[in-house]
Amino acid sequence: MDVSMLQRTYTDLLTSLFREGILNQQFIELQQLQDENNPGFVNEVVSLFFEDAGRLITELISNFNQQAVDYKKVDAYVHQLKGSSASIGAEKIRSVCQTFREYYDKNDIQGCYNCIQPLKQEFMTFKSKLEALFALEQQIVAAGGSIPMMRH
Amino acid sequence: MESHSVPSRAEAFPVGLRVLVVDDDPTWLKILEKMLRKCSYEVTTCGLARVALEILRERKNKFDIVISDVNMPDMDGFKLLEHIGLEMDLPVIMMSIDGETSRVMKGVQHGACDYLLKPVRMKELRNIWQHVYRKKMHEVKEIEGHEFTCDDLQLIREAGFEGFEERGFLTREDRKRKEEHSDQDGSDQSAAKKARVVWSVDLHQKFVNAVNQIGFDKVGPKKILDLMNVPGLTRENVASHLQKYRLYLSRLQKQNEDSALGNNRRADFNPKEPPAKPDLKTLPEVQQGTTPNSSSGFGFVAPKTETQPIKTISHLEEDTKVKKKATSMPPLGMLLSFTGTIPNAEIKPSEPLNTMKHQTWTSGLPVMQFMQYPKHDHERCDLLGDYSCLPKPDLYTSAPSVISINMQNGTGDLLDVKPALMDCIKAISPLTCTVDGSTLGLDVLPGIKGCFLEQTGSNAEPGHITGSDLVPLPEDLHLYSSFQEIGCFENVGLMNSIDLFQTEVESSSNWCDGSELLDYPLIDECLFA
Repeated sequence: MDVSMLQRTYTDLLTSLFREGILNQQFIELQQLQDENNPGFVNEVVSLFFEDAGRLITELISNFNQQAVDYKKVDAYVHQLKGSSASIGAEKIRSVCQTFREYYDKNDIQGCYNCIQPLKQEFMTFKSKLEALFALEQQIVAAGGSIPMMRH
Repeated sequence: MESHSVPSRAEAFPVGLRVLVVDDDPTWLKILEKMLRKCSYEVTTCGLARVALEILRERKNKFDIVISDVNMPDMDGFKLLEHIGLEMDLPVIMMSIDGETSRVMKGVQHGACDYLLKPVRMKELRNIWQHVYRKKMHEVKEIEGHEFTCDDLQLIREAGFEGFEERGFLTREDRKRKEEHSDQDGSDQSAAKKARVVWSVDLHQKFVNAVNQIGFDKVGPKKILDLMNVPGLTRENVASHLQKYRLYLSRLQKQNEDSALGNNRRADFNPKEPPAKPDLKTLPEVQQGTTPNSSSGFGFVAPKTETQPIKTISHLEEDTKVKKKATSMPPLGMLLSFTGTIPNAEIKPSEPLNTMKHQTWTSGLPVMQFMQYPKHDHERCDLLGDYSCLPKPDLYTSAPSVISINMQNGTGDLLDVKPALMDCIKAISPLTCTVDGSTLGLDVLPGIKGCFLEQTGSNAEPGHITGSDLVPLPEDLHLYSSFQEIGCFENVGLMNSIDLFQTEVESSSNWCDGSELLDYPLIDECLFA
């Protein structure tokens, strides 16, 4: 594929992620932290997140599937997830975590329950989109181009 | 996990500011590390609060400031904050994604010099040096005009000043003052160049005695100072110590109140579990009359308190049970009888001694299982239940083959600590010092070292530890930093170490009535189908 086409695809994807509220400003901050010393920085951090968040979500779902749910435990996981997602700018995930917390505070079991599936869903969406993004980056670089930077 | 190159002396402060970052979230750790490096700071990261404390204790004076998250599985951030304030007196910045005013206030109350909201930005991190600066300025003022004498006043932290001197931070006057003071008083070689008062066991004991004598309600720094009659100690020293002490007590009181009231803000979710009864045999005799087994010659006499059944301390603790192991306690008993100097044995008779929960250390000295545990269980139990999320201890079996204390970071020179710590554990079982001098490991368990090394090296006699025996650095034996963990046992230095060795705790979850959920489909657990 032509470099400029790749770059355009990349930019479109990134822009849409922001527009859809999947990413927020924090992601840009991360990109700005990246430099020649550490060109894979964003990739590394996001991969860390995938691992960590994946584990958290698995744990909290399994907790939720038990006969008797330990909501406090689940809440703790969600809180962690919230912190993690905030670190890389995963806005939607962070937001669902926030909603969960609000239901939890009101002792609204139904509300809490309703957050779990979306949480998982958002995570999977996030993961696939960012993987696509990184794949594009690699292609661009391989084709000799540079990765367009987002300006905010 | 190790910091990198030290900046040359020519580089001005705050370049090379030595920061310790503590956060259980690996993504945040990585990001913060990167940001701080960009500020040209020297960064050490740590994923566990307890390990952070170890690092700080072991590498005294090697850090200028600590940044810590509030929510951590192994230890509440506020508690870590207190420990650091008491033992190392470093400035601590708290961070959290939660910006609720009450939380921020709590941070400030516990002594945080700042509270940052996540996501933290570069510009906020760039400015953290001001807290270090401010503190140093404070200390310079404190030592102005003092005459240093040896005696009880143990002064340390030369390096604190030296570090700054290297960077041309101290003014010429400061340096001159330092030199002047170094001429005085040759006999105590530790006197000169010291910047700060260290609250040794002895000193703190005097402090508490004074407080009790005056009456807790009527204390004031001046009165305490006069009563203590320690040359070289200033009103400011006492005042700041008093403040910390008050904080500490009020936190204890609150925790006890919570327990007494069965405080539970999530009442619907968490039906209370009947409190578990401990196996009394394994308990030290903390409460008079309640424990038939006064084992191992405790010299300590508990203040008269009401006998409390095991109660959950706070709603956070409600769902943990401490499973008692019928292990013997003599080793700890030894040390604990040292706490004939328990300072505030009289202070709050109304505080129920939640000792039931605090017997975790009776399970002996489990190996560092805690090092290995993943961040799986986030029940943070403020009081003793710090151990609640830790796996069952396995006494003296294999040393952890994976010394991965920090999840994400390389082992750095923490590797040195772990085997040494292992050695130390073995050495102190039974808990008498057959240790052969200050090994690295012993530095990590300062209480033990402080208590016993200077003595016979064999079975130390309890209760015979005087101030002079506590060279070096008895400030490790900060008495009340683990007050809460051991009821009214104040042998904190050790306890801090023992903290590391957790007990068996079963966390029994709160069982809400799950019947409502029977109608709902199970959530598909497969994430990656």
